[in-house]
Order: sequence, then structure tokens, then C-alpha cells
Amino acid sequence: MKKKKKSHTREILHRLFKNKLAVAGLVVIILLVLAAIFAPLLAPYAYEAQDLTSTFQAPGKAHLLGTDNLGRDILSRLIYGTRQSLRIGVLSVAIASVLGITFGSIAGFYGGKVDNVLMRMLDIYQSVPAMLLSIALAAALGPGLNNAILAIGISTMAEYARMIRAQILTVREREYVEAARAINASDPRIVLKHIIPNAFAPLIVSITMNIGNSILAAATLSFIGLGAQPPLPEWGAMLSAGRSYMRDYGYLVIIPGICIMASVLAFNLLGDGLRDALDPKMKN
Amino acid sequence: MTDISLEVRNLKKYFNTPKGYLHAVDNVNFSIQTGKTLGVVGESGCGKSTLGRVVLHLLDSTDGQILFHGEDVTHVDKAKLRTLREDMQIIFQDPYSSLNPRMSVSEIIMEPLLLKGGISRAEMYKETKRLMDTVGLAERLENSYPHELDGGRRQRIGIARALALNPKFIVCDEPVSALDVSIQAQVLNLMLDLQEERGLTYLFITHDLSVVKYFSDDIMVMYLGQVVEKAPSDELFASPSHPYTKALLSAIPVPDVHAPRNRILLKGEITSPINPKPGCRFAARCPYASEECHREQQLVEIRKNHYVACQKAEELMDKKEKL
Amino acid sequence: MSGQKKEELLKIEDLVVEYDTDEAVVKAVNHVNLQLGKGETLGLVGETGAGKTTIAKAILRILPDPPAKVRGGRIYFDGEDMLKLSEGKMRKIRGNKIAMIFQDPMTALNPIETVGKQIAEAISLHEKLSKAEVEKRAVDMLEMVGIPGERYSEYPHQFSGGMKQRVVIAMALACRPELLLADEPTTALDVTIQAQVLDMMDSLKEKLDTSMILITHDLGIVAGMCDRVAVVYAGEIVEQGTTEEVFDHAGHPYTVGLFNSLPRLNGTEKRLKPIDGLMPDPTNLPEGCKFRERCPFAKDECGKKDPEIKEFRPGHFVKCVRAGGEER
Repeated sequence: MKKKKKSHTREILHRLFKNKLAVAGLVVIILLVLAAIFAPLLAPYAYEAQDLTSTFQAPGKAHLLGTDNLGRDILSRLIYGTRQSLRIGVLSVAIASVLGITFGSIAGFYGGKVDNVLMRMLDIYQSVPAMLLSIALAAALGPGLNNAILAIGISTMAEYARMIRAQILTVREREYVEAARAINASDPRIVLKHIIPNAFAPLIVSITMNIGNSILAAATLSFIGLGAQPPLPEWGAMLSAGRSYMRDYGYLVIIPGICIMASVLAFNLLGDGLRDALDPKMKN
Repeated sequence: MTDISLEVRNLKKYFNTPKGYLHAVDNVNFSIQTGKTLGVVGESGCGKSTLGRVVLHLLDSTDGQILFHGEDVTHVDKAKLRTLREDMQIIFQDPYSSLNPRMSVSEIIMEPLLLKGGISRAEMYKETKRLMDTVGLAERLENSYPHELDGGRRQRIGIARALALNPKFIVCDEPVSALDVSIQAQVLNLMLDLQEERGLTYLFITHDLSVVKYFSDDIMVMYLGQVVEKAPSDELFASPSHPYTKALLSAIPVPDVHAPRNRILLKGEITSPINPKPGCRFAARCPYASEECHREQQLVEIRKNHYVACQKAEELMDKKEKL
Repeated sequence: MSGQKKEELLKIEDLVVEYDTDEAVVKAVNHVNLQLGKGETLGLVGETGAGKTTIAKAILRILPDPPAKVRGGRIYFDGEDMLKLSEGKMRKIRGNKIAMIFQDPMTALNPIETVGKQIAEAISLHEKLSKAEVEKRAVDMLEMVGIPGERYSEYPHQFSGGMKQRVVIAMALACRPELLLADEPTTALDVTIQAQVLDMMDSLKEKLDTSMILITHDLGIVAGMCDRVAVVYAGEIVEQGTTEEVFDHAGHPYTVGLFNSLPRLNGTEKRLKPIDGLMPDPTNLPEGCKFRERCPFAKDECGKKDPEIKEFRPGHFVKCVRAGGEER
């Protein structure tokens, strides 16, 4: 029982590692995670340290990526910002997927009236654009990073709910589900052990892809002042702060912009690679 | 007729569809003696698989009675259902879809033991190994996953899972029709051995008449939810009496170049099982159909233990097929 | 070459097909030789994964590449090696001179097009006829397979499984192909419907003088339909001959084993006699005879070199060193 789960997972990883773009994405993500973990060691300055004597310094020796309007070191802020941005991406997607999976699993597994009621609720919910909903929620909850995460999580759960429901509808007709029932498995066990593991593959892809989207959404919220609050560095917030000076000091927006773009791209590439790796038809 | 394992009385299962009630199982009666096999034969959509699932309470019955060793188990509470399922198991048709692809061979076989509980993990593991041995699965396969194995081995896993709770009665839903002939014979032999060793009672559902003849003591032929003929295996093959049974038997391709070919080719298509009209459901395709066939047909004992639901049965019984 | 009574239509020589996967090379078809006369029906019998379908797809050149690669051999159709033809010429042959029917009629029909139109399309792709003529041909084809012409403008979902397969057959035969490749055409159908469809195929074949390769795992169907039969095992033809010869005097232990493992309708045996073991892994075929490990008569020499194909009785070829020994 020790080599458990070997073949399936190993096969998937093997296929994933053959995809160069996906590996590139993974490498970028690993670098970001390392930067977030070792931020205090990597950052040359403290992120909130102001040096009003050297504001708007162009990238140079003292400040590799220059300083902002308050003389704070941009590189240090970017490195610390990785923490916030990754946290937003991962947590909001975690909230969204847990909510979505619960919602969608109940609808898909029980079907009939339960399904109908839940899905119509979801229809109403989805008739409001996700971004608008996040803004409304974030505004209602009050500005702040945690509230932004919650707002993004709640407003994007519908996608997961629909996806897992559709998957469950096909998986629950499989004979092994019936077989589980015949050996006295309880409903929660059937869902958790037999249905969700087999319905999960498309979700993993969607989750990785959406981490990128959530970082972007959080950047948007920060941009309009509903996300991370100063002096906490967050890429979106940095972008937003830099916009007033963008004519004269372009690097203030370009550098955080590149970071956002690179991380979103990395997550998307990984997601793409995972989708191909998880597709059993790609085996041959 | 003392030791009856399963008895079913006037069993009905209707499905509510947008077009009306689909009569999947309509007024079926039968009983199986302990240690014997009842073969249920019919074509797709005749209700044979539904019948098996209703018997096992995987589907609720619409009407009728199910008796297991003399006890009425038609309506049972959750606790009773649990113990009932330990006694009644199922082997599925498709060894590809009946095994969870994310579970290893030993996990699949151990699951019923785990759910039943009562013994230690180590004992469960020992029991799993014993079961694998019983069905002829090599020990080294315990950590394999279903997709790494061929159809025959997968079906052995399904059989081991069904045996894990030591049932008395097993519904076999087309257990070999997805397998190649040489493998099919291996699995059928295994199932026969198990029956002998453990005194199992089988409800053997299939569309393959040559397999059913070899395997069953009694055979029940179903057409669109109804039993049209029921007889001991040899008797049924020697003198099929319902026009549908005759057609079915004549349609089997015989692997012998010298066998006489006198297939009865049925005309027309299967009528819809949704809100069927009263009377014989086979009449639309029957070469002998007449006005009287629109009356309800009853199963009549035309010889000892040989029941036919056709008013012309006696007339047709010994008549050889005319072309 | 063409010493047969019948004029030769198709001749396969030394065909080798492999599938290249990441991990290994699947040897699907290994040095297959086959011929088919005009108007003849050849049964290709074997178990799942034996390579029957790959042979048929190689003839039509519709193997998915990658991963499939034809590694060698020649396929002569009307005297021309099809493996050397340009894709454009091949397209003129497919559906026109050679047609194929697949196992599952449900996936072979377009669900959002009427059946009549689908048949008409098959015709107009290959023949220059006016619209009215095409339509008339399509209606004729429908009626020929026993479906009333009025159902021309119905959709596939309005047909039962057996009728769908008949529509597929009508489509395949619409251009009067010289060769029909039928891959398990009735496996998805019920026995009584299967009997209808087989009967219809048999009479249509007579009428249109089509040659046919019938791929099946059912020896009963072969007995009823085929003039000659080739038994495929692990990508090789292990036995080939007229149906009567092979059924009455099976020479290869695998063929004998296949017959023995069938439950007989008229038999009284209480146990079946299965063939022990499994088909060898096509990525790792054993040296020598591929059936050796399952063969009750295997000797040392079977493991040393690949047995030759011998003419065991007149016109009856067997790939086994024992050929000529006892019969079943």
C-alpha cells in the first residue's frame, strides 16, 4: 500500500514535464513563491521605508528598479508585493472553488428539484457581471486586502459550481457509483471518494488559470482603491499609485505591470499544460 | 421447492418520462432456488437490467413484492438495507466503467470490508489478498490501477468486490459480454467454481443465448418488460414455444459451416415501451399475430415448469420454423 | 500471382504497421499477407487488440498519423499499390471504390442532418449527377436497405439502432464500391436485429457484386457470411483458408482454442475450455511464435524462430510448426 497513487499521478507529471511552456510557467511560479517566502532576505530595503530625499529615482545602482514618489525602493516593494498578490490569487480561488464545489456537488448529485432551485439561483447570481459584483462586495465589506479576497472568491464561484455539476452529472451515471451504493457506501462517501476525484480534472485546470485572473482582479480592485491599502505593497496598488506619474516616470507602472503579466501568463501556461496532461486521450 | 433464495411477485418498475410511463418491468414473477442460476435473456430495452437493479434495491420498485429467503424485503429501512446488501451483490457488465479509475485494485476490493467495518485494517488487508487469490488475481497487481489491466482481469476485480461481503445471492448483469471469447470462458468457469464452492445463487442477465444455456438452470425470456417464456434451460432450447423465443434462438449465428440456416427474420421494429397498449407486446413483429393477440396474454404452464405467454404456444411448441 | 479462380481485387503483401507512443512502439500489424478476389467475402477474425481494425484502416489509409506509421508492405488494389498513391488520388478511391462501415452506427451519422441528405451527400461527392438524380439514388438506396423512402427527411435520432446501421450501410454502398470494409458492423445490435442486417448485407453484396472484408470476433457470423477466413493473432495472420476448411480442419492451436472456448448451443459440456493466459503485450512481443506462451503444444523450437506459413491442406495456410499434426 506504499506506492499508492503512483501510476496515475506519475503519468500525469510525466506528460506535464514534456510540455516546455508549462514547465516554464511552473518555474516562474516557483520563483514567485520563493520570492514571497524569502522576501525579507531578498529585498534590499524595507518596503515601507521612505527616503524623501531620493524620490523618483530612475533605475540605477542604489535602487535597481528605481524609487517611487515617496522614495521607496520599487524592487523591495515588488518582492514584498509578491506575497500579497500570490495570497490574493491562491486564497480567492480557494474560497471560490470550495464554495463552487459544494454548491455544484449538491446540485449535481441530488439532481431534480434541488438542482433546479440551486441552478436558477446561480443564474440570477451570474446575471451580474463578476467584476461589478466584486466591486460591490468589496465596497460593502470595506476596503482592505482580506475583504478583496473574499469579494473575488464569492463573485467567481459560479464557474466552478457549473463545471463540477456538469462533471458530476456524467460521473454519477457510471457503474462504479452504482457499485459503491451496492456495497453500502454512504452518500458523502460516494461523492467524496468516487465522484469528485473523477470529476476534478477539468477543475484543476480552471483553478490554475483563475489564480492568474484573480491576481488581475485584485489589481483592479486595488487600482480603484478597494484592495490593498497603503503602505502595503501589492502590484495592482503599485500600478494604481504610479498612474499619476506615468507620463514622466513610466517605469512606475511598467514594472508592476510586467510582474502582473508574467505571473498571469505563468499560471495560464501551467493550466494549459495541466489540461493536456490530464486528458487521457493525449496518452498516445 | 423448499429452499427458495429469491422470490419476486408481480414486480413492476415504471419510469416517469415526459412522454408517459415507461414500463421497464411489468408484472414479473419468478423464484430461484438456493444454489441455482436463473438466466434472464432479452434484447436491449427489455428491462432485464432494471429487473436486477430493482431486486437489489438500487432502484425502487413501483409495485409488487420481493422475498429473500422467505422474508418480505420489498420495503426496508436503512439498517435492514445494509444487512441485505451484504447478502445480495452485483457484478456489472462493463469492467471498464464499473471500477473507479482512481482506486487501486486492493483499494477497490477492500472498500466493502472497510464500509462494513468490525475487523482490523490488517485483517481486511489479509482478506483482500485472499479474495484476490480466489478470483485468480496475482498478488503483484494489488497496487495496479484498473486502466493498466485487461478486461478479463478487471472483471475479476469486480467479482472479488462482489464476493468480499460473502453474499448468498449475486445479480450478474452481462458479466462477460464485454470480454473476448477466450477470456469469457475463463471468467465463466471462475463463476461456476465460485457457485459450487460457496453455494451462491445467481440471477444471470444476458443477451447471449449460448452463454445462458451453458450457465443457467432455468431461463426466463423477457420482451419489453414482460416475461414471455420461462422454462428449465434444456427444455427451453429443445422446444421453444413463444414466437419471440423461437426467433431469438434462430438468430444466433452458429459457428458451424454445416449448420442449417433457417433464421426467422423478424419484420418491423421494437414497439415503444412507453404507455404500451394492452395485449401481446410482440404482436407487431410476430409472424403468427392475429386479432386475439390484442388481449392480455397470461403465462400458462404448457408443460411441467414450462410457462409461455402466448395463446398459440401449444400449437407452436413442436412446430419447426417455417421460412 | 493470380492463380485463384476469381479475379484478384486486393492483395496485401508484408504489411507492417506500428504505433509510436512516448514509451514504446506498439507492433500492431506484423508482416500480414492477404488477398481478396472479386465478389468474395473475407472474414477477419480475432480478439480485441489483435490488429484487425488497423489492417482495414491501413487499406483505406485512414490511420491516425501520429501515432500510426505504416512501416512496410504493399497494398495492391486493382493492381495499383495504394500506399504509393497521392492523397488526392486516394481521396477518389475512398468512399467511391472502397467504403468502410464502422461498429457504432450512432457516431457514424451526423445528428443534425437528415439521413436522406447524408446519403445524397455521399453520392454527390463522388459522382456528377443532377440534384434530382442524386435524390432519387438516395431514396433508392434507402429502400434497398429496407427503409421506406418517405423517411428520407427524418433525422438519425428518429431511427432505431438497427435502422441507423442500415442507413450507414446505404451510405457506404451508395457509390457502388468495389470493396466494402465492414468493421464489426453488427456488434452493437441485438441478435434479432443483427440477423436482419446480416441478411440484408448478404443479399446486397450479391446484387451489387461487392467484395467485402468482414471484421468480427464472432465465429458464428463468419460461418454464415464468409467465403474465406483469416484468423488474426497479435498482429499476424495465423491461419487462412476457405471458411469450410478452417472450420472443419482448424490447424492452428489458437483457432482450435477459439472454437473450444465457445459455449455450444447443442453441447452438453459443463465446463468451457478457455485458452489460458492473455494475448502478449504488443509493445513487447515474444521471440518466435507469438502464441507460444498460451499454446498447449509449445515446444522449445517455437521460442527460437518465428514459424513459417505452411500450406497445411490445399489452399489452407497455417503459421505453426505443428501444422499437419492432429486436428481438433
